[in-house]
Amino acid sequence: MFTELGHFALVLAFAVALFQSFVPLIGAARRVPGWMSAAEPAANAQFLLIAFSFAALTYAFVTSDFSLLLVVNNSHSLKPMLYKVTGVWGNHEGSMLLWVLIVALFGAAVSWFGSNLPPTLKARVLAVQGMIGAAFLAFLLFTSNPFLRLAVPPFDGHDLNPLLQDPGLAFHPPFLYLGYVGLSMSFSFAVAALIEGRVDAAWGRWVRPWTLAAWIFLTIGIALGSWWAYYELGWGGFWFWDPVENASFMPWLIAAALLHSAIVVEKRESLKSWTVLLAIIAFGFSLIGAFITRSGVITSVHAFANDPERGVFLLLILAVFMGGALTLFAFRADVLSSRGVFSLVSRESGLVFNNILLGVAAFVVFVGTIWPLVAELAFGRKLSVGEPFFNMAFTPFMIAIGVILPFGALLPWKRGKLGRVARMLVPAMVLAVAVGALTWAMQSERSALGPIGLMLGSWLVAGSLIDIWSRTGRGGGRLGRLRRLPRADWGKAVAHAGLGVTMMGIAGMLAWQLEDIRVVQEGDTFEVGAYALTLEGVERVQGPNYVSTMGHIRIEKNGRTVGMLDPEKRFYPVARMPTTEAGIDNGFFRDIYVAIGDPQAGGGWAMRSYVKPLANWIWLGALLMAFGGALSLSDRRYRVAAGARKAAPQGVPAE
Amino acid sequence: MKRLLATLTLCLSLGLSVGLSLATPARAVQPDEMLSDPAQEARAREVSKDLRCLVCRNENIDDSNADLARDLRLLVRERIVAGDSNEEVKDFLVARYGEYVLLNPRTGGANWLLWGAGPLMLIAGLGIAGVFLRRRSTAAATAEAGLSAEEEARLKELLKD
Repeated sequence: MFTELGHFALVLAFAVALFQSFVPLIGAARRVPGWMSAAEPAANAQFLLIAFSFAALTYAFVTSDFSLLLVVNNSHSLKPMLYKVTGVWGNHEGSMLLWVLIVALFGAAVSWFGSNLPPTLKARVLAVQGMIGAAFLAFLLFTSNPFLRLAVPPFDGHDLNPLLQDPGLAFHPPFLYLGYVGLSMSFSFAVAALIEGRVDAAWGRWVRPWTLAAWIFLTIGIALGSWWAYYELGWGGFWFWDPVENASFMPWLIAAALLHSAIVVEKRESLKSWTVLLAIIAFGFSLIGAFITRSGVITSVHAFANDPERGVFLLLILAVFMGGALTLFAFRADVLSSRGVFSLVSRESGLVFNNILLGVAAFVVFVGTIWPLVAELAFGRKLSVGEPFFNMAFTPFMIAIGVILPFGALLPWKRGKLGRVARMLVPAMVLAVAVGALTWAMQSERSALGPIGLMLGSWLVAGSLIDIWSRTGRGGGRLGRLRRLPRADWGKAVAHAGLGVTMMGIAGMLAWQLEDIRVVQEGDTFEVGAYALTLEGVERVQGPNYVSTMGHIRIEKNGRTVGMLDPEKRFYPVARMPTTEAGIDNGFFRDIYVAIGDPQAGGGWAMRSYVKPLANWIWLGALLMAFGGALSLSDRRYRVAAGARKAAPQGVPAE
Repeated sequence: MKRLLATLTLCLSLGLSVGLSLATPARAVQPDEMLSDPAQEARAREVSKDLRCLVCRNENIDDSNADLARDLRLLVRERIVAGDSNEEVKDFLVARYGEYVLLNPRTGGANWLLWGAGPLMLIAGLGIAGVFLRRRSTAAATAEAGLSAEEEARLKELLKD
């Protein structure tokens, strides 16, 4: 019953989305206020209907309603409650429902927070958002209906893929979708601006928070996924340059470029058409991501096993939205004349370089991702493009960004002097070179990666400190002024420092990791680096829906116990799949990482043990980047923008 | 992360009917596979990182749990013990499985497009940006230089009214 209502609500939402796509648009073109203002109730209605539909599906999962095909395929009565709920989006259909829910949520958010938007712009933004919603609702209803019933329900379900039954992964998809779909908001603003034929500072100010929010969510989502891979895969990898990963990384790079170029629009009324183009491309990469993830064309040699109908539908959505928006852009871009003028050495130029490097980096990832497909179709060569290629082709651009970032961040708007900025940065340079030299001298291997990474990271962190300190002006009371600086300034410094911390983490872990693979008997002690590990015992543990082989390992350093680890190997009987739960002793400067493998024929257990220096810095840096973004998002000028606008044009009585 | 997303894709797009490599219990490099000579073992690990497990999703044979990856790991070690150089091992595998087995594509043929894409794009981007910035900065120069003689005259005329 509830299920059918959910399905019905979804169909209604599709009808509302169609209404929202056209009526406000026509209203805005003909200046009919009633038609324009219809967009807001439509956006809210669409959101409520999809939310109801999502609730209905969640209810089916929570109550283990095995008359639903989707629940049978992805749930089990014994599964813990948390994973019954997260199982809703742990599959294609459910995750698509979450996707349209978020599209509608962002549309509704425009009507909640957009009271200061000009009515025609708001109507057009909501209309474009409605089109996106309608397209994906059609995709959901016609190719991936989550509400299919079974005539003869089975007694129990097939269980959710055990790899997905994990807290890190449970919340990874929602964050990624918030990011992907958040970029649809920037897209809608860009298309609406093209239709209006006007991009000004105010537009930049409206579009930036949405992009920033999307970027924050993407950052968290990607970091969660990477962290999950680290502790779950049994050998501590955190990034693999897989097409599906790249699908989330490309929008992240472009969104990062977009939120920087939107600053130029907001502050200096320049780079307008470029910013609009970036907003279109960013959402384009989101759509490409959806296509790659759900069609299997590029990822898999098993593409034929997939439903081609879905891939074609998504490709159609991609073609219509990108084709439409880019055509519109081609016709209207010249309307968006830029006013601001600036010299070659200026903050504006710095941000242009940032955009070039981020854009080219995203392009390299894109080419590498689709190259196997292109090579096969165009040149008849069946080849692979994997991690070694990306490490080699992508890293130089990140290094370049790291090198120029502190300069760009310190340059003033309009016109700057490179010499002056370089003088300000001397302490950071000295520190970076010292850190590089020190780590070069201290390391036992002669790898360049570690010292360079740490040098670059400390350059970025110190550069950010100098940046925030330089904001406080001259003379006394600088510490007091530091506290009263706008949050956007703090956000900028924190996020840039976060990038440095991540770079240090990646370099440290890749350069100085220690690995040990061996067969260990119970009671044996072995050494990894400075640590002595003792396998004290192995026992069998019964979990709610799995059985586990759990090792108990004591870590000692200089005879003192540092910690105990319980690495597990789980087996999920319903899905007939094993998973690894590594035992990790988290430390600020190093992780000790142990994974237990199979029992050996001659007794004992295969064990993989690692000491991973600076491992947590990778995610700490990502967290700092997201936190910096959040600080910037909560800046006063966004919070009070609505109220200030009403109060501003009051005029002072003439004397 | 790859496995996470690969897995997501797996269950998203293929359903759970196809278990692929996930269902096999073997795990990455095992103690019994490793060579006793640490230098040779280190070389084997290095070569393995550049070789694709052919039945997996973009996974190298060093990390893969698939049975085929284990066979390939043993094969790589066999060749190294037989005295092959790293490149010779790779050539051997390419001869057997095609260039699909290499995760790091070679530069020959049309692949120059792949390798050149980044640098070419960077040069193009810098070129376009250079033209744009030059125009912006000369605009700045004229703006600061003030009005032309003609404009000056027009301004005087307007101010007279």
